[in-house]
Amino acid sequence: MAENSPTVQFLSIDGEFAPSEAAEEYLPYLADLSDDDHRQFYRDMAISRRFDEECTNLQRQGQMGLWPPSHGQEAAQVGSARASRPQDILFPTYREHAVGLVRGIDILGIVKVMRGTSLGGWDANDPKNGNFRNYTLVIGSQTLHATGYAMGVAFDGLVGTGDPDVDTAVMVYFGDGSTSQGDVSESFVFAASNQTPQVFFLQNNQWAISVPVSTQSRIPLYLRARGFGIPSVQIDGNDVLASYAATRKHLDEARAGQGPAMIEALTYRIGAHTTSDDPTRYQTPEQLAYWVARDPIKRFEAYLRAQGADDAFFARTTEEANDFAADLRHRTLTLEAPPLSSMFDNVYAEPHPLVAEQHAWLNAYELSLREGI
Amino acid sequence: MPPTIEEMPMAKALNAGLRAAMAADDRVLLMGEDIGTLGGVFRITEGLQAEFGMKRVLDTPLAESGIIGTAVGLAMRGYRSVCEIQFDGFIYPGFDQITSQLAKLTNRTEGSVHMPVVIRVPYGGHIGAVEHHQESPEAYFAHTAGLRVVSPSTPNDAYWMIQEAIASDDPVMFFEPKSRYWPKGPVDFSSSAVPLHSTRVVRTGTDVTLIAHGAMVSTLLQAAQVAADEGVSVEVLDLRSLSPIDFGPIISSVEKTGRLIVCQEAPGFVSVGSEIAATVAERAFYSLQSPVLRVSGFDTPYPSSKIETFYLPDADRVLEAVDRSLAY
Ligand SMILES: Cc1ncc(C[n+]2csc(CCOP(=O)(O)OP(=O)(O)O)c2C)c(N)n1
Ligand SMILES: [Mg+2]
Repeated sequence: MAENSPTVQFLSIDGEFAPSEAAEEYLPYLADLSDDDHRQFYRDMAISRRFDEECTNLQRQGQMGLWPPSHGQEAAQVGSARASRPQDILFPTYREHAVGLVRGIDILGIVKVMRGTSLGGWDANDPKNGNFRNYTLVIGSQTLHATGYAMGVAFDGLVGTGDPDVDTAVMVYFGDGSTSQGDVSESFVFAASNQTPQVFFLQNNQWAISVPVSTQSRIPLYLRARGFGIPSVQIDGNDVLASYAATRKHLDEARAGQGPAMIEALTYRIGAHTTSDDPTRYQTPEQLAYWVARDPIKRFEAYLRAQGADDAFFARTTEEANDFAADLRHRTLTLEAPPLSSMFDNVYAEPHPLVAEQHAWLNAYELSLREGI
Repeated sequence: MPPTIEEMPMAKALNAGLRAAMAADDRVLLMGEDIGTLGGVFRITEGLQAEFGMKRVLDTPLAESGIIGTAVGLAMRGYRSVCEIQFDGFIYPGFDQITSQLAKLTNRTEGSVHMPVVIRVPYGGHIGAVEHHQESPEAYFAHTAGLRVVSPSTPNDAYWMIQEAIASDDPVMFFEPKSRYWPKGPVDFSSSAVPLHSTRVVRTGTDVTLIAHGAMVSTLLQAAQVAADEGVSVEVLDLRSLSPIDFGPIISSVEKTGRLIVCQEAPGFVSVGSEIAATVAERAFYSLQSPVLRVSGFDTPYPSSKIETFYLPDADRVLEAVDRSLAY
């Protein structure tokens, strides 16, 4: 980044620790990170990249309907997720695979959604799933859910108590394209009005499918939030330390009752929008090369090596990632279609005569076909 | 002991119902535009903010998607929001959050998340207002799986149905016939007469069945009186629940009278009335002595208020259909 850039960055693209001016106030948030924490960040990123690759392959092999790759966005996702506390609640879009991994969901849940065996994939209310809410496919919708949820957290008195195990914040992920949606603006309005304990985490991966961010906004997107009265910061989203520190600070402040904040992480979608997309139609090879040179995992590897991590660590991590992918592949292939009853169950929480009647009809019809009546 | 039966307008009955629901469960919140200090543009929430506080009665920013989207998030947190939409024609900015999120989340999450959200919508014409203030958009919501849709026609039903809607673990679209806010009727505070999702016979008759919901029910009762004077015995049903529809009393009535006219202020094309006509044709074909007829608003935008009486079906238009049905 250029000097005097407003962007929070700790690691140069070569992995050298060289904080930008804007990064200085965030330095204290790195102080308590140990070598083990750093290595954990690396493992999270390496495993999620390998997971993403495996899923792309599985889709190509006809085992999934669609795959939206997270390749290139690992630092933004892992740093922010690692900065959250267990009691925090995270609302994703459909691309936060690394966040889900860090928060401990069974990652097969994401595969189920993309393979077409489940609409939700995992039970967001089950404590095992790390308060990682379900994917939302309607662009921008989840920002309002997060704001409403954060209003509830505040009503429940879980903000500003000073008890680190009680105070709770909500973090919502959203993309550069989504900032043009009315729901995102409305969620800024409601968050500012209610001073919700909430961090808006924007991954500006430069594209909304084929449309560049310049079509969505004439100003840097982090400045948008300020117009709503929400403090904001731009970070190098391919620097896992920047993502961690900025998110730590703003989540801490939100939990303490200082209201919402917005983080714009500058990153890049190295892969296609989804496996149905063809980026060669809108992206130049030069653009891609520019961002490949800023790869978040390579950069952090260089940093870790300078800190003393050896070949054995990286070899072990690669092996771990390969095992993870092999296990995932195996489990993906065993995923069956859900029972037909899943179409009718839970359309309503309480009994509903029309749905019950149609369910009974389909059962009888299917039975009649099997019995050859 | 307060008397168990009291005469009051629907507006006051709704207010009393909301107060009872809020007192019964402190997770119940009211949200909407101008509902706090002002008490809502129709004064339905009058006094409730003073009584329950700013954290239970929220004057929200002016954004319908925002109101409903945050109510969805609050429901995930265990709150039960009652959202007021200021007028029927202003619900559309919230349509996506209603149909794609509120309606589907229970199914999407395999029942782990429930959406006990009520959306109150003052609807319908007869008040001489400007554009977007007199519409009847209920069919959009009845068409959406995952929503329940109801509409009271009397103060008593309003008092009980709003509490039942709030107690439901499903999202309920609650359509309030705004032209009926002020006429008084008895409210029995001791118990609700019938369950939320039930069709009610409000006048018995033998020659022809008329059915409607909301404000049209009183129009049907006027028509039935005129018909009675002319020697025609009309049965009047109040639909009350538009989704699910309680077809039992409708089929029974048609089996008795052999003739059915469905009435509504809403445009007739692909309407709640169309659904009733289709189902009666399927289930009571041999009981019918004449085709099911519809008396509806026209398939036009709601007109300028100076000609709204030509748009809204009145007792004469209902009686014209009764004549056609009987002449068949
Ligand atoms: C309301 C809505 N409109 C259109 C789409 C189709 N769509 C899916 S992803 C996408 C682009 C989103 O871009 P962005 O918000 O930047 O997120 P990214 O995919 O880059 O992570 C579009 C247009 C949608 N899912 N929802
Ligand atoms: Mg994008």
